[in-house]
Amino acid sequence: MRVGIGLPTAISAVPGSLVVEWARRAEEGPFSSLGVVDRIACDSYDPLVALAAAAAVTRRVLLCTMVVIAPLRNTVLLAREAASLDALSGGRLVLGVAVGARQVDYDATGADFRERGARLSGQLAALRAAWEDERIGPRPAQAGGPRLLVGGTGNDVFGRVARYADGYVMGGGPPRLFARMADKARAAWADHGRPGRPLLWAQAYFALGDDAVDAGMRYMRDYYAFTGPYAERIAAGLLTTPQAVRQFVQGYAEAGCDELVLLPAVAHLDQVERLADAVA
Amino acid sequence: MPWRDRVRRVLIAGGGPAGLYCGLLLKKANPALDITIVERNPAGATYGWGVVFSDRTLAEFREADYPTYREITDRFVVWDAIDILYGGERRRCGGHVIAGIARRALLDILQQACDARGVRLRFQTEIAGPADWEGVADLVIAADGVNSVIRRAYARVFQPSLREGKAKYIWLGTRRVLGAFTFIFRETPFGLFQVHAYPYDGATSTFIVECAEETWRRAGLDVADEATSLAFCESLFAEELGGQRLMSNNSKWINFATVKNNAWRHGNVVLLGDAAHTAHFSIGSGTKLAMEDAIALTRACEQYPDLEQALAMYQMERKPAVEAFQEAARASRTDFENMRRYTGLPPGQFACHLLTRSGRISYDDLRLRDPLFVDGLDRELAAAVGTGRAAGGAADRSGASDATGPSGQRAAGEPAPPPSRLEVAPPPAFLPFVLRGLRLENRIIRRARPVFAARDGLIGGEELARLAALATSGAGVVMTAPVAVSADGRITPGDPGMYRDDHAAAWAAVVRAVRGRSTARIAITLNHAGRRGAARPRAEGLDRPLRDGWPLLGPSPLPYAPGHPVPRAMGRTDMDRARDDFVRAARQAHDAGVDALHLHCGHGYLLGSFLSPLANRRTDEYGGRLQNRMRFPLEVLDAVRAAWADRPLTVALNATDWERRGIDVEEAAEMARVLKTHGCDAVEVLAGQTTPDSRPAYGRGFLTPYGDVIRNEARVATMVGGHLTRTGEMHILIAAGRADLCITEPVLSEDVERATDPPFSLSLLRLRSH
Repeated sequence: MRVGIGLPTAISAVPGSLVVEWARRAEEGPFSSLGVVDRIACDSYDPLVALAAAAAVTRRVLLCTMVVIAPLRNTVLLAREAASLDALSGGRLVLGVAVGARQVDYDATGADFRERGARLSGQLAALRAAWEDERIGPRPAQAGGPRLLVGGTGNDVFGRVARYADGYVMGGGPPRLFARMADKARAAWADHGRPGRPLLWAQAYFALGDDAVDAGMRYMRDYYAFTGPYAERIAAGLLTTPQAVRQFVQGYAEAGCDELVLLPAVAHLDQVERLADAVA
Repeated sequence: MPWRDRVRRVLIAGGGPAGLYCGLLLKKANPALDITIVERNPAGATYGWGVVFSDRTLAEFREADYPTYREITDRFVVWDAIDILYGGERRRCGGHVIAGIARRALLDILQQACDARGVRLRFQTEIAGPADWEGVADLVIAADGVNSVIRRAYARVFQPSLREGKAKYIWLGTRRVLGAFTFIFRETPFGLFQVHAYPYDGATSTFIVECAEETWRRAGLDVADEATSLAFCESLFAEELGGQRLMSNNSKWINFATVKNNAWRHGNVVLLGDAAHTAHFSIGSGTKLAMEDAIALTRACEQYPDLEQALAMYQMERKPAVEAFQEAARASRTDFENMRRYTGLPPGQFACHLLTRSGRISYDDLRLRDPLFVDGLDRELAAAVGTGRAAGGAADRSGASDATGPSGQRAAGEPAPPPSRLEVAPPPAFLPFVLRGLRLENRIIRRARPVFAARDGLIGGEELARLAALATSGAGVVMTAPVAVSADGRITPGDPGMYRDDHAAAWAAVVRAVRGRSTARIAITLNHAGRRGAARPRAEGLDRPLRDGWPLLGPSPLPYAPGHPVPRAMGRTDMDRARDDFVRAARQAHDAGVDALHLHCGHGYLLGSFLSPLANRRTDEYGGRLQNRMRFPLEVLDAVRAAWADRPLTVALNATDWERRGIDVEEAAEMARVLKTHGCDAVEVLAGQTTPDSRPAYGRGFLTPYGDVIRNEARVATMVGGHLTRTGEMHILIAAGRADLCITEPVLSEDVERATDPPFSLSLLRLRSH
């Protein structure tokens, strides 16, 4: 299993220069990828634009969306942005897509919240078609277009993974839960007669160091406030010590995860080094 | 804690175990609380006989309140066996620690503990409407049972659902002291009666009698009074009752009502116990769940300063746990409602099926609990191989070919061979199986994953090597991925085929390679893709039409998905040609030395699309009702059967389309029954993919429940896959008579893949080790 790090794009009032510098430092290692999340009704950077900035200052790391809320977007424009980013970055894009969890983001864009599942299925088929459409440039650098991952935990998710995508990305939870979801992805994959096996990615949040824990917990409670009482429990899952990070990483590796992206809950540059030390 | 400042008065509606235990625990956590429990009945009254708890539940009671735990356990009857009386035999399986107590005794203990702590108890007090609880307390706990008045008052918030089970049951008691939790199954001219009975004190047992509603009517119990009902049951179970009477406690024949609530809280009102949820008595958990609610609610109130949050956390904690239990209870209830389906199973398999009905007990669990029971079962299954009994299970009863051996075709009435003297036996999935005279070394079929690497249907050396390697996997059968019977029957241009002479030669080479390595049998899956044809290889997804594909065929001119090519509705000539393609492929497979032929009639391919009303909209004799939809697939099956002679021929079938108006499991069971009469030796159970819109539910063994129904309803041998990756999963399927053969795909070698196969093409990505 490889370990990636998230860019601090969904933390309030983070200067652009910090996001770019963060990417530069992540490139130094030991991280294999840079991940971004997607929110609309929130003080946050657009995921694909942020990854484009990161692409300009990195050569090695993969660039992945964890995830893009595809139903909020025009499919062809999303396909084109993804193809552009893939071409500009030398084929480093991994496009995770999902329906997202927050209705506010749908309200903010005028997208239909109730139709989100069906819309995502249609978009998954259309993304591939757009990447192959000669009339729509540029050609993605990766043959067949960027790798596609589908996120979520509902039953419909795994059919979408197997039918349309290259793999599954889980949005958070303990290794045991990941193992269960990975099983569903594998079951769906085999049932659909796909060759090989699905890519299995996941994410979790971290805030390392005594000075960061409180701010990290505040961020988590705030970011997940829409879940009501669950927010407290999600916040409790924040990785706040190197030991916790290492155990978590090990748990995911044993559950068969290919790439675990650790997202920051605090936007201080020293978090990059702290995480690097923890996973080294 | 802050909540204590705001919450002073607590009103608990209902003086059952849930309400009493909750009052006790809350008072203990916060003695300053002013708690009143209001109960409609008088102090000594009770309904129901005994209740049961598992050892795990008892451990929670110990944590929550030690004194009552001590008193409860002092009064308990503890036993660890389950007896299953069926087909004139008694099967005992140990290791299931269960404790029973009289409901009356439990209530006494809790009432006294409440009294001692200063919780106010008001009996014979009715809670009738909002005036009785609104404004009188800071926290209102609705523990007022299945017919909760408070729940009804806020039905718009709680959104309760009450669903009644199909069976009739009556809750009785007896002085007969049973030695174990006892299930009795009794055939009568009216139908099957079943009993759930357990001891709960030194002198009495709970005795629940259950039957199908038609059986209940046929027996005249719908018009019988209490005394007549009791007398009927007494005479039916006279032997098990050992001369003791049955006792009623205002008992009536009723249907079990499953209660669920969308929300469990509303403002300062919260649901507890039966008011919030019920779970079928066959898993004996009603009181357990209710008392666990009380523990969770108290804990949440202690932990969270804000009442609103505490109630939210309580709901969050309990609802998923209870729903998981309700799901197990639903599966168990359904099994009991459909018990007739399983009465064809030999006693050992029947007992195993019953014990593992909730899906929570694995083969390894069972072995841990009672190694002798499992050893006995293993021996019984092994002894039955080749006798036409047992291991082929339900399938054998109908007397057709199948399952357990050459002697499976023994004429009815021929004497059974002498009982086996087997002393040791392999676990069930490692038992041999005989499929129309062909002996398989074990019950495991290893299916190859598709690779889409053939050229014009011709497989290459690499694919040959891959298949040959599977021969040494240990599985009794190696099965191919779908092989096309014609060029236009391919799913993708990379599909292997069986429609040219050189194809047959290549498959003959595969057969030789497998034979050279092991005794594994080789089965070929013959398929015509129908409207799912002319797609691209599946490296990047399914059903992506080729740019320059070939014309497609289907029952109706409906594309597989919007924007996909429209298939031609097949005319007589098309049907004849497709049928002849299958026949020619079967002959070629025969000449190539293939052992078994697997006909693909599922997943929305050509034959499967004829079967499903979602793809077949024909109005001629090939569309409409089931008999018509089966007509063309049966024409193909009959023709192939004739060409394939007396060799094993199996069929893959959708047990459900996972879609409204699609095939469901009852219809699929009917199809399996018909297929069997047309010479199909076993049915593989599949689901979904008839259209891209199916709503699947994946997970370990996701096809198992469907396979169980098909096997035992249609009495046909079944092959079941659905992500079975552990041999323990396969053993229990065979042992419990849920399947005859298990299909596994390469996930067995997943660990190897994980270690050696870089899943991502960008090899420059390496984790730098600092």
